[in-house]
Amino acid sequence: MKIIEVENLKKNYNGFTAVDGVNFYINQGEIFGFLGPNGAGKTTTINMLTGIAKITEGSVKLLGEDYTGNAKKAQAIMGIVPDESNLYEELSGWENLAFCGALYGMEKKLREERATQLLEEFGLEDASSKSFKAYSKGMKRKLAIAAGIIHQPEILFLDEPTTGIDVGFARQIRNLIIDLHSKGTTIFLTTHYIEEAERLCERLAFIVQGKIVREGTVEEMMRETQEENIVNFTLGGDFARIEEEFRSHFPEFNLKMVKNNDVSIHSPSAFTLFPFVQFFEERSIPVFEAKIVRPSLEEVFVKVTGIELRKMQSEQTQRRKIGQKGEGSRS
Amino acid sequence: MKTWIAFYNILMKDMRSYYLKPPNISWGLIFPIAWTLMFFLRSPVAVEVRDLLPGVMALSILFGTTSMLAVTITFERKSRSFERLLLAPISLNLLMLAKTSGAIMFGVVNAFIPVIFAGFLTSLSGINWLMVLGSVILIAITSTFLGLFVAVSVSQIFEAQTFSNFFRFPMLFLCGLFIPLSDLPGFLRPISYALPLTYGADILKSSINQNGIISIPLSFFALIVFSVFLFAYSIYNVNRKWIV
Repeated sequence: MKIIEVENLKKNYNGFTAVDGVNFYINQGEIFGFLGPNGAGKTTTINMLTGIAKITEGSVKLLGEDYTGNAKKAQAIMGIVPDESNLYEELSGWENLAFCGALYGMEKKLREERATQLLEEFGLEDASSKSFKAYSKGMKRKLAIAAGIIHQPEILFLDEPTTGIDVGFARQIRNLIIDLHSKGTTIFLTTHYIEEAERLCERLAFIVQGKIVREGTVEEMMRETQEENIVNFTLGGDFARIEEEFRSHFPEFNLKMVKNNDVSIHSPSAFTLFPFVQFFEERSIPVFEAKIVRPSLEEVFVKVTGIELRKMQSEQTQRRKIGQKGEGSRS
Repeated sequence: MKTWIAFYNILMKDMRSYYLKPPNISWGLIFPIAWTLMFFLRSPVAVEVRDLLPGVMALSILFGTTSMLAVTITFERKSRSFERLLLAPISLNLLMLAKTSGAIMFGVVNAFIPVIFAGFLTSLSGINWLMVLGSVILIAITSTFLGLFVAVSVSQIFEAQTFSNFFRFPMLFLCGLFIPLSDLPGFLRPISYALPLTYGADILKSSINQNGIISIPLSFFALIVFSVFLFAYSIYNVNRKWIV
């Protein structure tokens, strides 16, 4: 069942088109990812879906009911975790959660119990009475996710949940997302980290310059992009002595040497591994590993969009470091 | 959904976070004392505390409410916590009423601090307290909504203060509290009648010292119109500028 359906969604800011007629849907219970570089229109799309940005054109349906221009109708079953914290610095972690529960009309006893329970689940119980401003960046992000789900929403919007936090916290947050998904929460995740999208999302859309350039499951995308079938063999003997024989035995296959005893076999059509294993075994060359090589999501993204996302990420990190240095030297 | 839970909790959070903080409580005490002392010191003749009371009450409300609301909302906008409220499933009208209710209550409480002081210094008999309460509430509402209007018009906290003063200081001198409207130059009088505080202050003068010059029903009506207009215009601006 589709929980969200978006048709021809557009957003213009003073003549600039931030989102340009996107169409997508999110199935109930899945993790749907929006992958794209900074400024691609990911946050603007979330803002339109959650009601803090006006929709220029297009329609949005929630559980089959149109709520275009009337997001208040839908906000009760949405949880939203923005890219930057929007909790109250002066309140403690527990108070922030209880207050967020109250915004969704939760009774006092219920929201207080849930706040305590979430702080435990998210490993923040020791910091529950600390004021939010004393939290580290990673703790703030975890609390923001807890605040987003305090009212047990049907769908959770996560905007760049791991951007700018250290590896340990990013890992914890990814595990929390997997855990939420296993409990049945539908998740709409935006990210510019390819590994994150590949690891977490069941379906994905690539968004570039406000347009969706490809949408589908991770598997589908990889399959579509794969031009040939590749298998890597790690062998336990000297392949060079049988190379000529191998080529004449399997003339329809393309052979590439990867390393000393690693070879990769390429074919435009699917093939079985047994004849190869048998060939090697008969010639006393043990096969230690046979691995099907698929294109990575990064390769798919580069192929579809022509954008080197990783290069952009490292440039952004570099710019951020230079910016921090500049701020440091100014202070 | 029980929207009153959201309303009540926004109000209570603002009370705890802003209005019941020691600096604000001391503001409520220091402001009326400072104003009263100023009049005693600058006046060459004896000043009757009761004559000063409407002015000090009205200004306590005006400065208290506009300062607090314009600054707190601008601060919450800057820290993005206001966005959290916009994402909650409560109507914008109710949300803004919840945000302004704390400032209105702060204004009402501020107004009665000078009354408590005055009670020790002079007789407060013969005052129409019901009318005082009505006018204090309406002055607090219009001043708060003026603060809201300022908050929606600026993006920085320092701008909120500067822009508030753009309205407050002309009101101070043109509302008839310290310079009677009849003594103002003719070209300034229309401006005086376009200021909500003129009507609020006049009701206070009528109910405390029986020396107001504008019809009381007309003053109440004018304050209600100002309140509705400022609130509606602020909501329109929130919709236009903050939900882009």
